[in-house]
Amino acid sequence: MKDLLFIREVLIPPLLEGLAVTIKLIFFSIPFGLLAGMIIATGRVYGNRMISFLCRAYVIVFKGTPLLMLLFLIYFGLPSLGISFQPFTAAVIGFVICNGAYNSEYIRGALLSVRTGQLMAAEALGMTRGQAVINIILPQAMRRALPGISNEIIYLIKYSSLAYMLTCIELTGAGKIVASRYFKFTLVFLVVGVFYLCLVTIAGRILGFLEKKLQIPGLIK
Amino acid sequence: MAGEIILKVRDIHKSYGSTEVLRGISFDVQKGETKVFIGSSGTGKSTLLRCINQLTVPDRGQVWLHGEEVTHSGKEINRLRQKIGMVFQNFNLFDHLTARKNVEVALIKVRKMNRKEAGDKAMEELVRVGLEDKADLYPAELSGGQAQRVSIARALAMDPDVMLFDEPTSALDPELTGEVLQVMKDLAQNGMTMLVVTHEMGFACSVANEIIFMEKGEILESGSPSELICNPRYDRTKQFLNKLGELYGDIGRQR
Repeated sequence: MKDLLFIREVLIPPLLEGLAVTIKLIFFSIPFGLLAGMIIATGRVYGNRMISFLCRAYVIVFKGTPLLMLLFLIYFGLPSLGISFQPFTAAVIGFVICNGAYNSEYIRGALLSVRTGQLMAAEALGMTRGQAVINIILPQAMRRALPGISNEIIYLIKYSSLAYMLTCIELTGAGKIVASRYFKFTLVFLVVGVFYLCLVTIAGRILGFLEKKLQIPGLIK
Repeated sequence: MAGEIILKVRDIHKSYGSTEVLRGISFDVQKGETKVFIGSSGTGKSTLLRCINQLTVPDRGQVWLHGEEVTHSGKEINRLRQKIGMVFQNFNLFDHLTARKNVEVALIKVRKMNRKEAGDKAMEELVRVGLEDKADLYPAELSGGQAQRVSIARALAMDPDVMLFDEPTSALDPELTGEVLQVMKDLAQNGMTMLVVTHEMGFACSVANEIIFMEKGEILESGSPSELICNPRYDRTKQFLNKLGELYGDIGRQR
């Protein structure tokens, strides 16, 4: 009974504030992560040698290093070069870079799976390579990549907790503060866990709906 | 038909590695003419069509459309390609777009038409191939014959001067072949200039002004249907026609 009162009166209000920050982090990261993924993947598949190489290097570097290290570099390292960000901005930049690298892998595979005949048909109609990729190939590739991208978005929701390490007080950070003050780690982080579970479930539902909505009629997966 | 020559093909060569696919192909196409290319697989018929609109860049030789060089045209190629419609064996419809949008998309993106105008034009072309009632279906919801007719409508929407057909019925059931050939016949009769790679000798006989027999990347002989089919000059041509006859029935000879 005392615990319930504690949860309602002491824990929930700061957690809701943290939740708002978490949602904001995700909300800003998803579209730019998608865009980064599309650009990197398209550059790898359709770019010239130089662009293709640069895009591959990007993926190798950011898939191969820990996100936390990247966040520290952006927030604590870049100021020494005269570039400094707010904690929130630094976190979003880090998430977008990381999310983009993973997304690009799914999109690249999807780009390669769209039949090249359609590219030829588009070019035969007078489209430039760029027009054909943007109007014909990418829309189909994005649909095919969506299940993988959905997975990345779920991951993103969870690793958004790393923003706390840059003093951006989101859901996990808000929980940590309450837990330390009242020394109730088990209770607090169980509740925080429930919050994440809800977030992920809702996101999963939305993404599932989107996948269905975007399905091309008649096409068997 | 002593019409104006609208397409000139001169000395086209193309090799893939050490394999010479095309070894010097030249011919002229008059306005309103239908030329049918026959020959066994691997003789470069499809490659030749793709060289005409530069989807495949030939190693040597030139293509001229209305006196303008298509080969070595640099950025101009995108404008010239609009004038050269192409229909593929596997339709190559855009899977994520409805039949109508398939026809519309190049009008909007390439011709910069507004949506209303492009939509009307697309419907017009779909009516022409008898598919106005399928306008809102996606390619995967169409039969092969319908899909191929949509792809013909898509090419026609650009108002091409010449149409290239690369084995347009080879991926179709015999039952669906007829509807596509009918559309092509109508086109030819309405004065469209067409180059057709096909094994449909019935179509060739009734529509072609000239049949060109290709062998090993060269034009072995050519002539009007009656000349080529009834009196082939070379044994190789005779052999090939006999093979087609065994497979598809002696359509050509029954005329």
